[in-house]
Amino acid sequence: MAKHHVSFTINGDPTEILCETHATLLDVLRDELELTGTKEGCSTGDCGACSVTVDGRLVCSCLMLGVEANGKAIGTVEGLAKGDKLHVLQEKFLEHHALQCGICTPGFLVASKALLEKNPDPTETEVRYWLAGNLCRCTGYDKIVRAVMDAATVMRGA
Amino acid sequence: MHATVDQLQKARIDGGVHEPRAHDSSIRHVTGEAVYTGDIKLPADAVAVFIATSPHAHAAIRSIDLEAVRRQPGIIAVLGAGDIPGINDCSPFAGDDPIFAEAKVEYAGQSLFAVAAATLAEARAAATLAVIDFAPQPAIVTIAQAMATQSYLSPPRTLIHGDPEAAIATAAHRLTGRIEIGGQEHFYLEGQVAIAMPGEGDEMLIHSSTQHPTEVQHKVADALGVPFHAVTVEVRRMGGAFGGKETHGNLPATVAALVARQTGRAAIVRYDRDDDMHITGKRHDFRIDYTAGFDDTGRILGVTFDHASRCGMSFDLSAAISDRALCHADNAYFIPAMRVTSYLCKTNTASNTAFRGFGGPQGMIGIERVIEEIARHLRVDPVTVRRANFYPHKDSGGHRATPYRMLVEDCIIQDLFDELEASSDYAPRRAEIIAFNAKSAVLKRGIAMTPVKFGISFNNIMLNQAGALVHVYADGSIGLNHGGTEMGQGLFIKVAQVVAEAFQVDLDRVKITATTTGKVPNTSATAASSGSDLNGMAALDAANKIKARLAAYLANAHNVAAAAITFEPNRILVGGREIAFDDAIAEAHRARVSLSATGFYATPKLHWDEGTRTGRPFYYFCFGAAVSEVAIDTLTGENRILRVDIVHDCGRSLNPAIDLGQIEGGFVQGAGWLTMEELVWDDRGRLKTHAPATYKIPCASDRPVDLRIKIHDRGRNIEDTIYRSKAVGEPPLMLAISAHAALSDAVASVAGGRVAPDLDAPATPERILMAVERVKANAP
Repeated sequence: MAKHHVSFTINGDPTEILCETHATLLDVLRDELELTGTKEGCSTGDCGACSVTVDGRLVCSCLMLGVEANGKAIGTVEGLAKGDKLHVLQEKFLEHHALQCGICTPGFLVASKALLEKNPDPTETEVRYWLAGNLCRCTGYDKIVRAVMDAATVMRGA
Repeated sequence: MHATVDQLQKARIDGGVHEPRAHDSSIRHVTGEAVYTGDIKLPADAVAVFIATSPHAHAAIRSIDLEAVRRQPGIIAVLGAGDIPGINDCSPFAGDDPIFAEAKVEYAGQSLFAVAAATLAEARAAATLAVIDFAPQPAIVTIAQAMATQSYLSPPRTLIHGDPEAAIATAAHRLTGRIEIGGQEHFYLEGQVAIAMPGEGDEMLIHSSTQHPTEVQHKVADALGVPFHAVTVEVRRMGGAFGGKETHGNLPATVAALVARQTGRAAIVRYDRDDDMHITGKRHDFRIDYTAGFDDTGRILGVTFDHASRCGMSFDLSAAISDRALCHADNAYFIPAMRVTSYLCKTNTASNTAFRGFGGPQGMIGIERVIEEIARHLRVDPVTVRRANFYPHKDSGGHRATPYRMLVEDCIIQDLFDELEASSDYAPRRAEIIAFNAKSAVLKRGIAMTPVKFGISFNNIMLNQAGALVHVYADGSIGLNHGGTEMGQGLFIKVAQVVAEAFQVDLDRVKITATTTGKVPNTSATAASSGSDLNGMAALDAANKIKARLAAYLANAHNVAAAAITFEPNRILVGGREIAFDDAIAEAHRARVSLSATGFYATPKLHWDEGTRTGRPFYYFCFGAAVSEVAIDTLTGENRILRVDIVHDCGRSLNPAIDLGQIEGGFVQGAGWLTMEELVWDDRGRLKTHAPATYKIPCASDRPVDLRIKIHDRGRNIEDTIYRSKAVGEPPLMLAISAHAALSDAVASVAGGRVAPDLDAPATPERILMAVERVKANAP
């Protein structure tokens, strides 16, 4: 099978890979780059477990080909913390117990970060509808929404 | 970690029992570093395995020709029923779930053969080249079809107490009806996945996303034809399970092991979402027919229920599930005469399985429907009828027995109802809703308050046992292992808190390690809400053994009475002298004291007579109460849950943060089941809702607008459970019955409560709209 030379940045780091034509960005992240924080939940763009940002825009990485990442800036959950310093969203998810099994958590964090960059002062309704593309089967969402609202408050003050 | 005694002086350890502590993996969850089974780094020559499945719901297999699959470039192995050295079965006990079909297929999605290749895409593509000659046969898909043809897995199972027919016949009032309750897909975000890694000789290491490592061990060993000791099954964490990984992890694990044995390479089986939903069983859908007799005050005198459940093509756990439904047909109500007959319908669908509540929720919905109908008949508030029928309060001086003859000695449902009725402003809101509905032509609101009483323990007595292994290392750090599995429910942190409390050391000294059959053998599934009850007690037993050895040594070495040794926060008091915990451990180690112990627990007081269906199947009951308020649009059937108030009993909660999460998540999952999640099969038995695009689970925007959850603050288990806590995994799911009852209430308001809404579940917009139209058409 043909392989394509693809270069992009991943969480700010310049990266070059040889990518199969049919490999999704999710495959590239998990299998090539061993960034397994991004999860596969449905492969059809409905569950949000594979959420990443592409040039700041929220994308389901299962719906995007790896070759389409060429020249883009990709952001994943692994890029949220700076060294040992957690992102405010991560801290707030911990503080509010906004997770249980944790497998949807990376997607929620990436989606929430994308929201707050777009809209630093969302209403609770806006948070709930923005996150409607991320499925969680454990929590019931209440604590997730609270964590995002709280993080937004802190980030506006920062 | 070494500190002086002075530094360690404090009144309370950090992270003992009853403290709200974060999930043990939470930091790794938010950084993406938590390793799930599918994230494990595989050897370079590992193979991906695709399981090819039947397109037919029911067919004889005349022949299977896999030669073209084998010849495909890149295919490393192809395995069918003839390639199994041991037993071709992955069922939990009945021997009726073949790993690979042989002469027949009994559901669309049944495993036929496996293909291994370097990538899943290659394996999947090659599988399409198989030439299989099927002779399709008529499929029994629905409960109605199964009942009409008496297609049962077993003879009907009956629970009977008193003479319900006579009680109903002589009652002042009678009613009869039917409710149909749909099934539910687990939709764990992490699908089924297992990795097999061949070792020396006949050894096989399995990483499996399973709630039941021991059963996976047994099924893999049987399939390979090796003793259980040759197979080790390890589970660090699951990405959700909800019962769906109690038995349905067996197939991927056995197939992975068979491929690994044949190829000598590591093998991974990971279902994608569509395959997962086609292959695995779900919550049983039920059809419940009821007849009830009651007096002028709403007191129930006798009830009969016929439960018909869609079990699918094999037993799986259906017998136990139907028994739990029988044992919850009373919910929180004392019913003097009752008969429940359970029909286990054998259908050509995936074998339905455990799902949070395990038949209990369906049983409870039957009696809650009866209560609502009694209230409508007598034109009183359902809360009045509920209160009139509750089991006596634990302090009332008189206990009543359930229909299966277990005394209810711990009933606190009245306390919860009193608290919730006041805190939720139930009565004023009910009045306000009546006023609103009188003015509002299109939008109608409804409200309902419902109780939960849920029995804790496995109905199968032998399963109520657990083991643990605790090591205190020479530096004073502690390794903890037990038979329970972590699926997000917070079991690991709770058991770690138990061990920290027992040793009186800070929680960060306790390292929780992956569940493995190599450390704790012969375990039961982490199921039936029993994880912390069983494994917490087993871990406490192990800790107590080590503490006893330490105390005996210290008493002897320091020449004080054993009674003068006490475990204080991070230190041990030896007579008048304080020794830091680390120092005491180092000293004991030098003195050759064993600092490792196994622990064991078997739940006391349980007994069950399978013949008469009587006994004490439960150690205790959990209680909860919820008020839901909803709105419906009578022109479209659209609906919203506006507000939910919950008071739930966790005994003395081991970890209120974890327990609150279970209550919230359980409610929302239950509300999904009863209001939106709809499984649809076509008339040939093919599942049409096999991905999130067609199967709708609750999302963030569906969450109740106003959600107020409280843990009952006076909770304390009357039984001697782990630190007097109560199980919490399943019971809160049934709080969502209030949402369905509130929707029924809103529908009934269309005709002023004079026509039975007969709202089935799930109460989708379509069903609500049809119910509204029916009620309007039948309005007097």
